[in-house]
Amino acid sequence: MIVDIGLIALTIAFAFSLYATFTSVYGGWRGRPAWVESARNASLLVFLLLTVSVITVVYSLYTFDFSLAYVYDVSSRSMSPFLRVTALWGGQQGSVLFWAWLMAAFVGAVLVRKWERDRELMPYVIFVSMLTTTFFVGVVLFITNPFTRLWHVSGADELIQAIFQPANSMLYLAEDGNGLNPLLRHFGMIGHPPTTYLGFTGFVIPFAFAIAALITGKSRGDEWIRTTRRWTLVAWIFLSIGLILGGRWAYDVLGWGGFWGWDPIENAMLMPWLTGTAFLHSVMMTEKRGMMKKWNMVLIILTYSLSLFGTFITRTGVISSVHAFSKSALGPAFFAFIGFTFIGSVSLLYLRWDTLKSEHSLESFISRESAYVLQNMLFLAITFAVFWGTVFPLISELVTGTKITVGPPYFKSATGPLFLILVFLMGIAPLLAWRKQAVRALGKAIWIPFVFSLGIAAIAGYLHRMHPASIFGLWLVAFVLSSILAEFWKGIQARHATRGENPLTALMHLISRNHRRYGGYIIHLGVILIALGVIGDAYYKQETQGTVLAGESLSIGGYRLQFEGLRGYNGSDGREIVEAVTTLYQGNQLIRQIIPRRDYFTVQQQNATVPGVYSTPGMDFYVLLIGWDQGKSASFKIYINSLINWIWIGGLVMIFGTIIAAWSNPGQREATYVLKPEAVTPHLLPQES
Amino acid sequence: MRNVKRKLIPVLLAIIASFLAVAVVNAQGSQPYTPTDDDVNRVAKQLYCPVCPNTPLDVCETKACQDWRAQIRDELSQGWTDQQILDYFVSQYGERVLAEPQRQGFTSLVWFLPLTVALIGLGVVYEILKSWRKQKTTTLSAPLSPEISKEMLEKIEREIREMD
Repeated sequence: MIVDIGLIALTIAFAFSLYATFTSVYGGWRGRPAWVESARNASLLVFLLLTVSVITVVYSLYTFDFSLAYVYDVSSRSMSPFLRVTALWGGQQGSVLFWAWLMAAFVGAVLVRKWERDRELMPYVIFVSMLTTTFFVGVVLFITNPFTRLWHVSGADELIQAIFQPANSMLYLAEDGNGLNPLLRHFGMIGHPPTTYLGFTGFVIPFAFAIAALITGKSRGDEWIRTTRRWTLVAWIFLSIGLILGGRWAYDVLGWGGFWGWDPIENAMLMPWLTGTAFLHSVMMTEKRGMMKKWNMVLIILTYSLSLFGTFITRTGVISSVHAFSKSALGPAFFAFIGFTFIGSVSLLYLRWDTLKSEHSLESFISRESAYVLQNMLFLAITFAVFWGTVFPLISELVTGTKITVGPPYFKSATGPLFLILVFLMGIAPLLAWRKQAVRALGKAIWIPFVFSLGIAAIAGYLHRMHPASIFGLWLVAFVLSSILAEFWKGIQARHATRGENPLTALMHLISRNHRRYGGYIIHLGVILIALGVIGDAYYKQETQGTVLAGESLSIGGYRLQFEGLRGYNGSDGREIVEAVTTLYQGNQLIRQIIPRRDYFTVQQQNATVPGVYSTPGMDFYVLLIGWDQGKSASFKIYINSLINWIWIGGLVMIFGTIIAAWSNPGQREATYVLKPEAVTPHLLPQES
Repeated sequence: MRNVKRKLIPVLLAIIASFLAVAVVNAQGSQPYTPTDDDVNRVAKQLYCPVCPNTPLDVCETKACQDWRAQIRDELSQGWTDQQILDYFVSQYGERVLAEPQRQGFTSLVWFLPLTVALIGLGVVYEILKSWRKQKTTTLSAPLSPEISKEMLEKIEREIREMD
């Protein structure tokens, strides 16, 4: 009964999203406000109807309605209420519905908040966003429906899945379900899909506005950029959080001591993040200098298409991967839709290319503008390298028939150097003036950070003589970090000098005066901390493996891990746990006990290797129990993951910076881009001074 | 006769080398060489088994991968070099077992193209900036001098204060 309500709501939602798609574009084309108004109401209704559907699925998961195939697959009686609710995105059917619902939520929010503004764009904003929503709701309804039931046809051996009762069949009601994949029962994997989807779906807003601007010919003005700025930031930070949570999940759960494996799914998430980051920067060029309008369009089209591509890869398993736990008829539908979106938007851009003329004026190659263009190009080059490495196995198989693997070594060497240049730009670009930067003044601004960072590099070089490349990396990190901090310092000093504020007040005022600039700096700080963690992972990681008897130990990097013994017990949610008790010593000094374990999930017949970790700011001592001989010996794999915690810390700093950057400066809306020194355009200057 | 001699020399050299190798192994200790887990992992890291997608051999826990690691251990204890072992797995299972794609034949494209794209990208950046600069020189008004910008800054500061 409850399930029927969800199914009916889903069906009506599909009808209404189709309705909204066509009435909005008709209303816009013929100039009939009533049609557009109606499309808007239909879109809001779609959100409400999808909410009903989502609640129905969650309710079924919560109440163990195992007549539903989806509930049978991802829920079980031993799972906690919290896990049962999050199982909404634990499998394909639920997660595609969840995706569609989030998208409808974004569309609804933008229609409520921005309705009075940008009236001319609205019909096409609705058209573009509801077209995508229609596609997703259609996929949920017709291809991967969470309301499918399990039926037993008399005489048949296997159960069949259908929405409506097939002939000669009885409803099959299982006692218990399979339960969520054990590897997904972790905070990282519970938070990762929603944040990633929020990121993917969030980009629909800037994309829809960009396409609307192209259709209406309003793209020459950059009003749409101002309207969508905060929406873009929100999408971007959620995608960033999704990436970091995914990394944390891999680190805690997959049991290989790393956080990023250049797996196709990871790459599929990274690509829209890369182009999205480039887009975030290029829109600033348009806002401040009226430049790079074509870039914006190219980048948002790429970002959105890559978001769809990411969903496609995750949900169809077209490039098989550990993450892609699904294979179905979704492939062709997705492929066609992505192709349509991409080709459609690119053709539109081609038609409107000439309307996107920018006012270019540049005096010197050494200027903020050059840094922006270079940074955009680097992001695109990295995206290409990642894309190429991800799809190359398919291409190779198609062209030569040879299957090959493109593993981490490729991605590291293809993207590493480009990332290094990007990091360098991050340190130097904020110091560059628009139009022209005098080299001497630049030298004056950076010599202190430069000398300081050389000192750091010298110390690192003295301590770690075996890794020359890492010394360069550490120098770079120190340089960029100190040049960003120097920016804060200069601002604080200026306020101290002019107003006599104490440093802390000065810092608070500085940030509150210009959220965007200092929020941006804080995001950059977060990125630098992540870069530090990546350097640690790339150059200072150590590992060893060995089998020892109780009382014996394994040694690595000045530490000694002594194996004391094994113990086993049963967990509450259907797992059998074997733990190894070990003690960590540094030299002869006892540090602490570490208990790595392995959980065996009896229903799913699946192992999860849970690391035991001793964590410090400098490194993680990460121990895996990889095997044992009953009662006698145990095998361990030990990693010393240097600097890895800075990745998570950097992630938090990035989130903090984004919140500041997205916060509106109260009462200063106009002031932010009229009074800012960088925003003062040259032809304004003579008049005002 | 000369041909025979030519063939004979490498064979002799190989025999001598193998004696030397044995001598080296013996010099390390009277027992035969037993590779450690770390030695096995060093080789396994560079391989992917064809069964488990996207999981390097050194961390994969399936039965197939355990067998492969055992095989690597055997081959190492027989004195094979890392490269010989990699070559052996490629000959048995094809190029796909290598984590790092080869740099020859069609596969070299995977390395070659991103580099080309990055270089073209740099060229495009240069061209774009050059064209912007050109337009500039024709429409340029008075240049931005540091004195003016300093005054401007003060003016801005004043205006902000007035807004408080």
